[in-house]
Amino acid sequence: MREEIIVSGRMNEGVDPILHSWGWEIALYLFLGGLAAGLIIYTAFYTLTNKDKKYFTATKITPMFSSFFLIFGLLALFIDLHHKLFFWQLYTSINLRSPMSWGAWTLLVITPLIITLSILNLKELLPVVNFSKFKILKLVITPINSNLINWQWKYSIVVKIESFLQKNIKAILWLLLGYGIILGMYTGILLSAFNARPLWNTSVLGLLFLTSGLSTAAAFIMLISKNKEEIKWFSKVDLVMIAIELFLIIHMFMGFLASTKVQIDAANMFLGGQYTVVFWVFVVFMGLIFPAILEIMELKGMHVNHKISAILVLFGGLILRFVIIYAGQNSRYLY
Amino acid sequence: MRYAMAIDTLKCVGCSDCVVACQTENNVPFGFCRDWVVEVTDGTYPSLTLENRSERCNHCANAPCVRCCPTGASHITEEGVVLVTHSKCIGCAACITSCPYDARYTHPDGYVDKCTFCYHRLKDGLLPACVSVCPTKCMYFGDVENPESSISQVLKNRKWKQLIPEAGTEPKLYFLI
Repeated sequence: MREEIIVSGRMNEGVDPILHSWGWEIALYLFLGGLAAGLIIYTAFYTLTNKDKKYFTATKITPMFSSFFLIFGLLALFIDLHHKLFFWQLYTSINLRSPMSWGAWTLLVITPLIITLSILNLKELLPVVNFSKFKILKLVITPINSNLINWQWKYSIVVKIESFLQKNIKAILWLLLGYGIILGMYTGILLSAFNARPLWNTSVLGLLFLTSGLSTAAAFIMLISKNKEEIKWFSKVDLVMIAIELFLIIHMFMGFLASTKVQIDAANMFLGGQYTVVFWVFVVFMGLIFPAILEIMELKGMHVNHKISAILVLFGGLILRFVIIYAGQNSRYLY
Repeated sequence: MRYAMAIDTLKCVGCSDCVVACQTENNVPFGFCRDWVVEVTDGTYPSLTLENRSERCNHCANAPCVRCCPTGASHITEEGVVLVTHSKCIGCAACITSCPYDARYTHPDGYVDKCTFCYHRLKDGLLPACVSVCPTKCMYFGDVENPESSISQVLKNRKWKQLIPEAGTEPKLYFLI
């Protein structure tokens, strides 16, 4: 029998009785960041391959949603900080060995870019707008008549900026594609950089988060799209992503069980331990396997409402992030 | 020059003087501690063993907290002491999550705090507070790269161990066994 106790007593904030430095804010941001990254990757990819007429929702409507998801995610990150007034210090240096630094700079680049893209798309989505409730827009836009505007900017500088951005739209899209992939992967790489948390210390986590982000983004597009062809295509994409995700999850556990004692203990939390039911029922079955079965049934012709599988995939992605954050803080080397 | 600390577990009685001295010297907020004493009991009666360890931040040479800090607030000085620049710390808690020794905590003022090897005392040639008050004189502190220092001598002559060396952090806290 071996007993280890802290006889001097310790109840430090964040580490006692069990590590709880990160809570729901971080898990929510991981979900929103992955979802936004997936949406941005689809937007950039399908616009660059000239499928923007075919997949209208994915290329023209989702940038607005991605912008809101990123902003909410950043707000969640901000409220998690303990030293909030100093958040700007993140942008005074780039530390290449810290994935959190890459993430901060990636977000700094990608958030304005996706907001710009969604504003550029507004002209196409709403060519004529009834602005009777927002008369303040008259300050920057020349109205057609007392009630309608069609984005005739009053100031030539705005017209110049807009035409510059439209001319370089391809460059913006390539930047979005590259940074979107970094955004989707860096959160997994960030967690895997913590050698002190054996559950996270696996290189599979980066790919798992990227795939989960792409899968939840495909599900989101299925949810909001009104075009049957687009829904069908993205349900096929989602099926591929779910298959890759299941493969990665199984191999992650195989890796843990073939690793050192601390990793085996970490895996045992999910194979009989406290997180077994939450993970295998809510994340794997309800979030991955069951939606995949529903989608296959629908592709074979049976009438299944695609919104059910879409919502289940989104739910599974959210619970996956929560489980990984809380279980990871439970895995340790000491005592 | 690399500062390190060695604690003789055969002489430590678990009095926690080191804990209180550190709290007094460094104005540690009430309810927090930068170091703590762990008591390990092993075996079945009547063959039992007891080990007392005064633990703190290990000031690792390959510190994961320094590597994971996004602003560079956690840094290693040239003497090997891991410190936190309070005005650069954003309180993201990445370092707390990355420390395998649970050495860090969030100070109520927002930044992250931990044992500093009493860096403000080292500059004046004094020993850290915990080392100087230990009643059994079981703590050794000094430059582990200098073969003449007391800590180098004791590490040469005694058997020692470190906590979780397999985590790859290269800790600088030695326990004489």
